[in-house]
Amino acid sequence: MGIQVEIVTPRRELFSGEVDMVTLPGVEGQMGVMRSHAPLLTILDIGEIVLHREGQEDEHVAVGGGVVEVRPDKVIVLAETAERAEEIDIQRAEAALERARKLLAERPPEERRPIELALRRSMVRLKVARHRRRRPAAAGMPRFREEEEEQE
Amino acid sequence: MASTREIRRRIRSVRNIAQVTKAMEAVAASRMRRAQQQVLATRPYAQKAQEVLSYIARLPSLEDQMDVLIRPREEIRRVGILLVTADRGLAGGFNANVIRTAARFIQEQREQGRQIEAVTVGRKGRDWLLRYDPIIRAEFTNLPDPPTTNDTAPITRVLVDDFSQGHFDEVYMIYTDFVNTLVQRPVVHKLLPIEPAEPSVAMAPDYIFEPSPQAVLSRVLYGFTEVQVLQALYESLASEHSARMVAMRNATEAADDLIADLTLTYNKARQEGITRELMDIVGGTTALE
Repeated sequence: MGIQVEIVTPRRELFSGEVDMVTLPGVEGQMGVMRSHAPLLTILDIGEIVLHREGQEDEHVAVGGGVVEVRPDKVIVLAETAERAEEIDIQRAEAALERARKLLAERPPEERRPIELALRRSMVRLKVARHRRRRPAAAGMPRFREEEEEQE
Repeated sequence: MASTREIRRRIRSVRNIAQVTKAMEAVAASRMRRAQQQVLATRPYAQKAQEVLSYIARLPSLEDQMDVLIRPREEIRRVGILLVTADRGLAGGFNANVIRTAARFIQEQREQGRQIEAVTVGRKGRDWLLRYDPIIRAEFTNLPDPPTTNDTAPITRVLVDDFSQGHFDEVYMIYTDFVNTLVQRPVVHKLLPIEPAEPSVAMAPDYIFEPSPQAVLSRVLYGFTEVQVLQALYESLASEHSARMVAMRNATEAADDLIADLTLTYNKARQEGITRELMDIVGGTTALE
């Protein structure tokens, strides 16, 4: 018997289904949640959610922070942004990473915080994108795009 | 009766108008479909956030240190409103209706001795306030369609900061709720302080919080406020496009009626001209004989 997982962002419902285990990037560390976990509420860091299912390949989702509620039979992830590995535009993520690196070197220390966050989001995106299960969507196909990562 | 040439010119100009309104109708229709889908897509997050909120807001351990966003103020002296209108007109009564609702609300609040200030989204609401009642605290125009949380973040920030620093004691959103394609309703909705719903499921008494209950609660409250603002904008956009589509369809139909009318008048005038010429010819031949 697995655990029900729901991943929602302000723009859409990304995932709703049963998995055997889910790995979440909590602010106090990575955690794996299975059925009958103790009730828990925690803030999510920028990172990677992994959905594990018996006999199936893992599904990877990049999240840009949020909150998660764990109940014994259900996990609700309120993510600020979330994208499946297949949805990530690698070129855009690489460009964003490059831009953030450049800005980080140029700007004074007090302006660096948002840039650092953007940098981490890009890195997570790229990491998650390596876990594509299928071939990426063909060029020109409409693809869902979460928030723009512009930090001009 | 107007000359046939004049009538022909009017027909041509009305036909051009009908073409424009028809194109605008088609554009509004496709944007409306997208906006409607977005309204639906945002609801799960709002529901789930409300659910989580209704749990933690009632935690006994949090009673003494309730978050500022959830604590009702004893005395309401200053009220903030977020007025959501469109940037553009030609949408029937869309802007006028929501502005009228806002005007009534502002008057009611003032009668209770409250000071009121507005944050506006959309050019129409801003222009109206600038002209009649310049109480603008902040204004946002030209948001992308559809907006994302990146675009609404500054709006939420302004409202939340003003509320938590005591500049506002209550914050309301005034926007147009999308009911269906033909019905859109201007509504006044309290945004802050947040009033959590009654929990629908019994809550486990011993939640673990990481890093702390206060931190988690304040994060959820902020996220909830943000999604409410986003949802108000989506509702308003769906309403705007529907109102514009209907208005443009009416305009196209009116133009088509006018064209039919004018064509009849034109044919009559033409017939009359032909009759007159025939009479002339007949008169001429009779005179020759």
